[in-house]
Amino acid sequence: MKFVDEYRDAGRVRALADEIAALCDPGRRYTFMEVCGGHTHTIYKHGLEDLLPENVTLVHGPGCPVCVIPMGRVDDAIHIARQPDVIMTSFGDMTRVPGGSGSFLDAKAAGADIRMVYSPLDALKIARANPDRRVVFMAIGFETTAPSTAMTVLRAAEEGIANFSVFCNHVLIIPGIRAILDSPDLRLDGFIGPGHVSAVIGCRPYAFIARDYGKPLVVAGFEPLDILQSIHMLLTQLAQGRTEVENQYARVVPWAGNPVAMEAIGRVMRLRPYFEWRGLGSIADSALGVADAYAAFDAERLFDLPGLRVADPKSCQCGEVLKGVLKPWECKVFGTACTPETPIGTCMVSSEGACAAYYTFGRFNREAIRA
Amino acid sequence: MCLGIPGELVGYVEEQADLGVVDVAGVRRRINIGLLVNEDLRLGDWVLVHVGFALSKISESEARAVLDYLEGLGQAYDDELDALRGSDIS
Ligand code: SF4
Repeated sequence: MKFVDEYRDAGRVRALADEIAALCDPGRRYTFMEVCGGHTHTIYKHGLEDLLPENVTLVHGPGCPVCVIPMGRVDDAIHIARQPDVIMTSFGDMTRVPGGSGSFLDAKAAGADIRMVYSPLDALKIARANPDRRVVFMAIGFETTAPSTAMTVLRAAEEGIANFSVFCNHVLIIPGIRAILDSPDLRLDGFIGPGHVSAVIGCRPYAFIARDYGKPLVVAGFEPLDILQSIHMLLTQLAQGRTEVENQYARVVPWAGNPVAMEAIGRVMRLRPYFEWRGLGSIADSALGVADAYAAFDAERLFDLPGLRVADPKSCQCGEVLKGVLKPWECKVFGTACTPETPIGTCMVSSEGACAAYYTFGRFNREAIRA
Repeated sequence: MCLGIPGELVGYVEEQADLGVVDVAGVRRRINIGLLVNEDLRLGDWVLVHVGFALSKISESEARAVLDYLEGLGQAYDDELDALRGSDIS
C-alpha cells in the first residue's frame, strides 16, 4: 500500500492545505473550475472543499461526456436501434440517459436489440458475427474515447466489414472550455485541467486560456493530493502574477499528448461546424463526425434520422450545473424528483456527473453548513 | 467509460500485431495497443486502458495508485470491470 499512501498521506494533505491557506490573499475570492467529472468525484468523495480556505470555491465543469449528450441525439440513436435489422451497441454509461421519449433501457425493454459493450472493438466483433444485421456503435466521449472509435473504423475498413457503422457523438474539450469562458454568468480564476483527455491532446491546446483569457490551467491527476497540489500551483501562479499552462500529472500526461491517437482521429473524423451540447446549447467546432473518406461507416449517412431538437425538461437545470453557475443541490428537483434511479437530467446519470457525485457522497454546500 | 483502468501487459496476440493481453485486477483480456506503437512496450509494462485501448504507459506505482482510486469508486468500477469481463476483442 505504500504506493498509494504517497498520494493520500494525511500529513501531506494537511501540510498542503496549510500552504494553500498561506498562499491565499484574504481580501480576494478565488473560483477554480475542475473540468473533468473524475475530479468532481474525488473532490466530493474526499471532502476536499472542506480543506480549502473559505475564499476558495471549486465549481464543476462540463467534462462528463454522458452529461452533455442532448436529448435529440438519444432519440436519433433509439430511432436507429428500432430498425428491425439493427443491433445497437453502447457503453453501459449511456443506457439510462433520458431522451425525449425514454432511454436505451426503455427501448430495449420495448424490443430493440441494444447490447452493452466494453469497447468499440467488441461492437466490431458483433458485426463480424452477424453479417446479416447492421451493427451500429453509439460513439460517445471526449478525446479520451475518440481515438478508439477512429481505430475501430480503420480496422473495419481494413477488414471490409460493411455492416458496421458508428453513430458519432464525440465532443471536444477545448470548445467546451471556450464556451464556459465566453459565458457571461461566471467569473473564474483558473482551471484544474482534465487528466485523461490531456493524455491524448497534450497540454499545448490549453495555451489560449492563459494567453487570450489570462487564466492559469493546471492539468491534474485524480488523487486527493493531486488536486490539492494543482490548486496550490494555480494559487502560486496567481500570487506571482503568472498565467500559464502547467502539468501536475506528468507521470501520465506527456506534454505533447499521444500523436498516434490524434492522427487516428484526424484520419477518420472531421470537425462538425456546430454541435448541440445538453444545457450549453449549440457550440461551433465542438464535436466530431465521420470524415467523408469513411462515409460508409457513418450511421448518420446510412440512416434517415429525425434529427429533432428536443428541449430539456423544464425542471432540469443541468445546463447551469454544467456551466458551474448552479451547485447541484440548488436545482429544484435535486434528490427529490431527480435521483440516480430516476434521473431527469444527465448529470444524475453518470457516476461522474456533478449531481450524482453530490447525491452519492451526501455533501452539501459549505455555506449552508457554516451558516 | 471515462475510467482508465491500469493493466499489466502479459502477452501478445500472434495473428494481430496491434493486440496485446493485459491482466487487469486478475482479469485477462485482449486489448489494442496500437496507440502506443512509439512507446517500446515490453511484457511487464503497465498501461492505462480506456474502452479496450491502451492510451498511456504508466509506472507500476502509478498503476497501484489508480487501482486503489478505482476500488474506492465502488459501483462505477464494478460496472467497468464487469464490462471488461464481457469483452472479447479480436
Ligand atoms: S438534479 Fe437532475 S435535473 Fe437538476 S441539474 Fe442535476 S441532473 Fe439536472
